[in-house]
Amino acid sequence: MSSIVNVSGLGKTYEGGFTALHSVDLEIREGEILALLGPNGAGKTTLISTICGLTNATSGSVTVGGFDIREDWRAARRLIGLVPQEINLEPFEKVGNTVRFSRGLFGLPRDEALIDRVLKSLSLDDKKDERIRHLSGGMKRRVLIAKALVHEPRVLFLDEPTAGVDVELRRDMWELVDQLRADGVTIILTTHYIEEAEAIADRIGVINKGELLLIEDKAALMARLGKKQMVIELAEPVDAIPAGLMDFDLTRSDDGRGLTYTYEAGGKRTGITRLLAAVQGAGLVLADVETKQSSLEEIFVGLVHEGAA
Amino acid sequence: MNWNGITAIWRFEMARFFRSIIQSMVSPVLSTSLYFVVFGAAIGSRIPQIEGVSYGAFIVPGLIILTVLQQSIQNAGFGIYFPKFIGTIFEVLSAPLSAVEIVIGYVGAAVAKAVLIGLVILITSFAFVDMQIAHPVFMLLFLVLTSVSFSLLGFILGIWAKSFEQLNLVPLLVVTPLIFLGGSFYSITMLPPFWQNLSLFNPVLYLVSGFRWSFFGAADVPVAISLIAVLVFAGACLSVIAWIFRSGYRLKP
Repeated sequence: MSSIVNVSGLGKTYEGGFTALHSVDLEIREGEILALLGPNGAGKTTLISTICGLTNATSGSVTVGGFDIREDWRAARRLIGLVPQEINLEPFEKVGNTVRFSRGLFGLPRDEALIDRVLKSLSLDDKKDERIRHLSGGMKRRVLIAKALVHEPRVLFLDEPTAGVDVELRRDMWELVDQLRADGVTIILTTHYIEEAEAIADRIGVINKGELLLIEDKAALMARLGKKQMVIELAEPVDAIPAGLMDFDLTRSDDGRGLTYTYEAGGKRTGITRLLAAVQGAGLVLADVETKQSSLEEIFVGLVHEGAA
Repeated sequence: MNWNGITAIWRFEMARFFRSIIQSMVSPVLSTSLYFVVFGAAIGSRIPQIEGVSYGAFIVPGLIILTVLQQSIQNAGFGIYFPKFIGTIFEVLSAPLSAVEIVIGYVGAAVAKAVLIGLVILITSFAFVDMQIAHPVFMLLFLVLTSVSFSLLGFILGIWAKSFEQLNLVPLLVVTPLIFLGGSFYSITMLPPFWQNLSLFNPVLYLVSGFRWSFFGAADVPVAISLIAVLVFAGACLSVIAWIFRSGYRLKP
């Protein structure tokens, strides 16, 4: 897949001296859904704002569709749609008018049929003449998306699209993102909800303290960094971990019936066979065996923690 | 040039104006009419002619300039401050629009509104006083130039202001006194020499004087100087705006 957004060595230090981005390199592939994951204040919004031209970079460069955002800013910006984190809308404006305004800003002629189509795809077709202040929070967010889509961008940035949104709306949003991808739009979304990244992204980038800690295919990331656990349930409780099992770094549950073994999910030698043989050798009787895969959340917490250390 | 973008901003701003037509149009017209009634008819009838013009007619150009100045600053200031305040400015700043195009859109809308109000006041004034406009084309040119330069000032204030209070502060504390002391209601020849000379530092004097000349052919300062003063003022505002967009001042961190 070819790349559509290329960020190289991007750094941003604000006037007060705060460095929000430290030389970030990022390649976004055409047609993918990339989730940028990070705690609050990690630099996600600064990264997006800089690509979209809302913040001036201190160093580095960005190209969108091959156009440099400084040299060929007009061409670069035409390709970008941005849905901000805050619901920034004029309350007294009508939905249709604010969407029409957005299209005009991008230098495009009026196209009511297209506006109707975009509104319909967002289930807003009956709200075109409604004033924005009369809409619910979820609808307002969809109006923001309509505004960002009405110039038919090839890259859509969604900055925390589901922050403060209820579960049902979040699912609607995920469906919408899926549908957009089917239309060929590349989507970059920031989130601090891990389940969101896990549910919809193709690739996941983890940002913390202005640094892109990693960027990887979701499945590969989970396989590479995911720890698996095997919980062995014993028929009879033990008072301590038997001497023969000391090498396996097991943890014993409080009731003495459970022994937990942690191993790398992607590793070639998991040690399970040896462990089970050792369990048998120690004369223990198994009641049950269960394995668990660590979630993205645990991976993420581990990464952020490492970054902080 | 992104003309569709400029038109989008212009239309959006004009729609705001027509949505609140009572506040936008009726209130300045009403308050100006009250000036005519009080100063023109009631008090004006006891004031002798100034430069061969009845006092009621004499104050017409001053009143129009007064309103156009206030409206230009207010409309342009609010036009750019409001999107900044509610956050919708991000759309304009991330669109393929240059600084020049953004300024044409917002300032163009502010000028259109202010000039429209100025013309409505002019038409209203014919109901109160009997007068003729000596140089109508120059009058129109001057009206537009004045509105453009003060809309540029309003645009700067709108970007500078961090609150509605600040947005109103400069017009209230600086511009209104300048307008009242700029000869809107009198000829500076009526002042003692010291105050006459001090008035020459007031930029509004040149506007009022030039505009009055277009009506009655008489002015406090030569009309060419008035014209130069407006252009210098507009040029100064443009340089400030150019700097704002280059540096990102209060727009782009």
